Amino acid sequence: MKKLVILGAGTAGTMMLNKLSNVLDKNEWQITIVDQHETHYYQPGFLFIPFGIYQRKDVVKPKRDFFPTGANVVMSEIDRIEPEKNQVILKNNVVLPYDYLIIATGAQIRPEEVEGMKNGQWHKSIFDFYTVEGACALADFFKHWEGGKLVVHVTEMPIKCPVAPLEFAFLADSYFTERGMRDKVDITFVTPLPGAFTKPRASSILGDFLNKKNIHLTSEFNIARVDNEAKRIVSWDEVEVPFDVLVTIPTNMGDPAIQRSGLGDELNFVPTDKNTLVAEGQKNIFVIGDATNLPSSKAGSVAHFEADILLENFMSVVEGRAPSQKFDGHANCFIESGFGKGILIDFNYDTEPLPGKFPLPGVGPFSLLEETKMNHYGKVMFRWMYWNFLLKGQELPVESNMTMAGKRM
Amino acid sequence: MVVATSPAMTLARDADGNLANRADWTKEIAVQLAMEEGITELTDRHWLVITYMKEQFEAKGDAPSIRKLTKESGVETKELYALFPKGPAKKAAKIAGLPKPKGCI
Ligand SMILES: Cc1cc2nc3c(=O)[nH]c(=O)nc-3n(C[C@H](O)[C@H](O)[C@H](O)COP(=O)(O)OP(=O)(O)OC[C@H]3O[C@@H](n4cnc5c(N)ncnc54)[C@H](O)[C@@H]3O)c2cc1C
Repeated sequence: MKKLVILGAGTAGTMMLNKLSNVLDKNEWQITIVDQHETHYYQPGFLFIPFGIYQRKDVVKPKRDFFPTGANVVMSEIDRIEPEKNQVILKNNVVLPYDYLIIATGAQIRPEEVEGMKNGQWHKSIFDFYTVEGACALADFFKHWEGGKLVVHVTEMPIKCPVAPLEFAFLADSYFTERGMRDKVDITFVTPLPGAFTKPRASSILGDFLNKKNIHLTSEFNIARVDNEAKRIVSWDEVEVPFDVLVTIPTNMGDPAIQRSGLGDELNFVPTDKNTLVAEGQKNIFVIGDATNLPSSKAGSVAHFEADILLENFMSVVEGRAPSQKFDGHANCFIESGFGKGILIDFNYDTEPLPGKFPLPGVGPFSLLEETKMNHYGKVMFRWMYWNFLLKGQELPVESNMTMAGKRM
Repeated sequence: MVVATSPAMTLARDADGNLANRADWTKEIAVQLAMEEGITELTDRHWLVITYMKEQFEAKGDAPSIRKLTKESGVETKELYALFPKGPAKKAAKIAGLPKPKGCI
């Protein structure tokens, strides 16, 4: 029996388990998946919790609902990988030998990386919405808040879903307007980037949206510390931004198990070939999703596109051929822009987000880099697609690699 | 108008404005690239960082991120921002004649 071990049963790991169970011969292969938690979180839903649009129950389901029957599931924390011995060591010292390994351990927030972020006002007047706990704590806070300075802040790149903080700012504008208190809330978006987003065209268009919605922008702000007493964030070059409530995206890092395995970079992300998805310096280890160091967005949609490429390359490698498919960095993100509308962007390693129609050229139904109701419906439908198709490894009507059709230069 | 007439202006650049050919780099060019970034004088401390960046690039094929710089160059984050305001890793890479670090997306 050949052994395949998948580390992490989040978006990417679950998808790969389903895809590979369908194609690998059960008489020849034993597939094992490892995760520490029984609950699957629909992370894109966290964005809506602070505004009372979703609640905790809307974003959780048991992981086991999405595993194929007969899957070998191990619920345990992973301690480390020993690549030279082709084995994984679990926290309880159980050893899992493998012939092939897929790392899908994701990324997590690490507020303790910034001085003062975690040890004062954390979850009192400083919140994250990248965990279900943070998002729910913020929902409680907003219910009774009477207004003041709301600072939406990105600590450092890369972060999961780089548009989520912008969406948060847009939704806050919409939420406080609908509650009739927008005039009492001053919203500032603070980012280490030179503009609203990572890519120039989208950055300028999204920057205009910030303007239109009366959200102030402080760019090139690299946080050094949080001053809990004076309630302000301070940059390395001593710029200060005061807040009454700080909603921050803390540093995102790979799991400490990656570091313990000696397979990570300085943020515990696994250096990965950006085309083949093979771990650098390894032959039988693949990496997918947020756990990689790829210069693409860390998003569920990206993991989905990677999954198709990884499946092909995995089959090539186990059959003794070189990995033949190349991932192009394709990302496709719906951006909630408030008041029941949304914006859509579609891009890859080399092509920045451009205006146009998607997925059908000239037809849509979605409009790229424009604010429409249809784009919002797309975002709402994404949750349904996520639970019913994406996790189960089924096809979505979108190509894995990006297409220029329908885009305007 | 020192910058507008500097020899560095005539060299091929990539999409980020960094030198397209590392072979074009000299210490004099570095001084001009620094001026483009608003840094009027390169001190010993600047050179320490620039040299470290170049060594790392030769060894690893990518310029180090700000986190790596702080950890390994021996220069504290605070000072890095004083030397190369706003974006130490990005600016030091440019002045060292290297492409923008991959981490800076
Ligand atoms: C607020 C927010 C909004 C988002 N919005 C969008 C969106 O609109 N569209 C979109 O496409 N994406 C969005 N994303 C991103 C998307 O959720 C992630 O990119 C996706 O879930 C990544 O999948 P993954 O499998 O790589 O990681 P995860 O789904 O995070 O899974 C990692 C798994 O590994 C397990 N694990 C890690 N370490 C260990 C260990 N040591 N031992 C045992 N188990 C371990 C974890 O328990 C977890 O189950 C959003 C994310 C957030 C936080």
